[in-house]
Amino acid sequence: MRLGYVRHVNVEVTPLPGIGVRKDFAIRAGKRIGVITHRDGGIELIVSRTDDPDACLASIPLTTDESATLGNLLGAPQLVAQLTEEHRDVPGIMTKQLPIPEGSPFDGRTLGDTEMRTRTKVSIVAVMRAGQVLPSPGPELTFTAGDLLVCVGTAEGLAAAAKLLKKG
Amino acid sequence: MGSTALELIQLGAVFFGLGLLGRLAQRIGMSPIPLYLVGGLFFGHGGVVELHIDSFTELAAEIGVVLLLLMLGLEYSAAELVTGLKRSWVAGAVDLVLNALPGAVVALILGWGPVGALVMAGVTYISSSGIIAKILGDLGRMGNRETPVVLAILVLEDLVMALYLPILTAVLGGVSLVAGLTTVGISLFVVSGVLLIAVKFGRFVSAVLYSEDREIFLLKLLGSALLVAGIAAALQVSAAVGAFLLGIAIAGPAAHTAAQLLEPLRDLFAAMFFVAFGLSTNPSDIPPVLVFALILAVVTAATKMATGWIAAARSGVGRKGRVRAGAALVARGEFSIVIAGLAVSSGAAPPQLAALATAYVLLMAVLGPIVARVAEPVAQRVMKPATAPTAA
Repeated sequence: MRLGYVRHVNVEVTPLPGIGVRKDFAIRAGKRIGVITHRDGGIELIVSRTDDPDACLASIPLTTDESATLGNLLGAPQLVAQLTEEHRDVPGIMTKQLPIPEGSPFDGRTLGDTEMRTRTKVSIVAVMRAGQVLPSPGPELTFTAGDLLVCVGTAEGLAAAAKLLKKG
Repeated sequence: MGSTALELIQLGAVFFGLGLLGRLAQRIGMSPIPLYLVGGLFFGHGGVVELHIDSFTELAAEIGVVLLLLMLGLEYSAAELVTGLKRSWVAGAVDLVLNALPGAVVALILGWGPVGALVMAGVTYISSSGIIAKILGDLGRMGNRETPVVLAILVLEDLVMALYLPILTAVLGGVSLVAGLTTVGISLFVVSGVLLIAVKFGRFVSAVLYSEDREIFLLKLLGSALLVAGIAAALQVSAAVGAFLLGIAIAGPAAHTAAQLLEPLRDLFAAMFFVAFGLSTNPSDIPPVLVFALILAVVTAATKMATGWIAAARSGVGRKGRVRAGAALVARGEFSIVIAGLAVSSGAAPPQLAALATAYVLLMAVLGPIVARVAEPVAQRVMKPATAPTAA
């Protein structure tokens, strides 16, 4: 699933022989921002310096989990905003992102197990995982801690859903 | 005490000592290579304590060279080598001319003849990709724009090594000009053949060697490397070249796993190789060539800086980035010693060459990381007064 906002960014892909691949792009504020994917699977987040665009202000090594979480944090609001926009004409319906927190009873269990629709009248329209969007997930999808669920429902329904995901 | 017991004790003491030296190097943030060399000098002929573990050291050092070159071949895929050649051959040519010349000139001045010149040209030319990769990682420069330029130069040096080593071996073997040219022709043919095979059929080479089981893979890998190296040596092509070409031919995920598996072995045997090289160097040979080593250090640090500056400028990198690129390339290390080692063990080079190479690598392996660290702030200070009037 391609999100609309990806279209306007020109990502530059530079091979780093012996190391991996650098993917970066210039942001409107003038800096370069991107990631280095190491051959051994490591991921580094890079941000260029303002006074010297060739150099890096920071290069932050991230674990797979950390980069996935960051991807979710960055990507989810966009998706929620998009869905909110689409539901604007239906009063009382809201879109919200709800996490599967660490220690949630549904970490390792399926979407069907939550009985979300029955218990709260809330629909899970998408799951964000590892920076990727899984649209219209089926009841067989297994959750893991760190997943972000994009949920649509009433205000009360969403509050109940958040509680359900946290405490079961 | 039996001779085996004595050898075990001596070998154990050497490894333990190297471990302590490695820890010291890590503490002060430098490459362990110069300390290993010093360790070898300390124990060698004319050193403080003389050790006699020749039978093992000799073979271990030889395996060390094979593993160093195999890992160098594994480092870059054949596709990367070909792309590097297409994109940055100009920078590669500048690198070759600027950095091989000083070594050759000094060798001629010292009266070591064309063979000595060829050896020293290689010693001063080749940067240490091991030290440099570590510098770039430690200083957080992987995402910098000049880093692909630095890596491209290392890739090209890799390719040049593939041609240089067979030529060097032929020359050191004392062949005639015609036979020498034939060897060059053959090595060119073999290298391009291996590159072609690696690009088109690298998967098959990898598939034959690869195994899910780490133990089996390691044995197959090490076995094939020693086989190829031995056969290459028997055919009068250097063992190192055989291992290197095998490394290039192994591609993809297999290459990555292979590198991970071999790394500790490489570290062990390469350490033995550096010690053995230090052992073969007589410390009393060093003072007479020290001045030349110092001159070479200063000149070839400057020529690598120039190489980096020119290469980075060609890729549109700014002035600070050009300084960083040049400074990163200054370090010389393992491969300079490999080249000098080939020359010394063939007996075609004077013993002073080992002393000069040792002193030179000692200087450059220590200086390289320091230069890489301080070049930018220093350049900033020097450049500021120069750029201030234009800015005002």
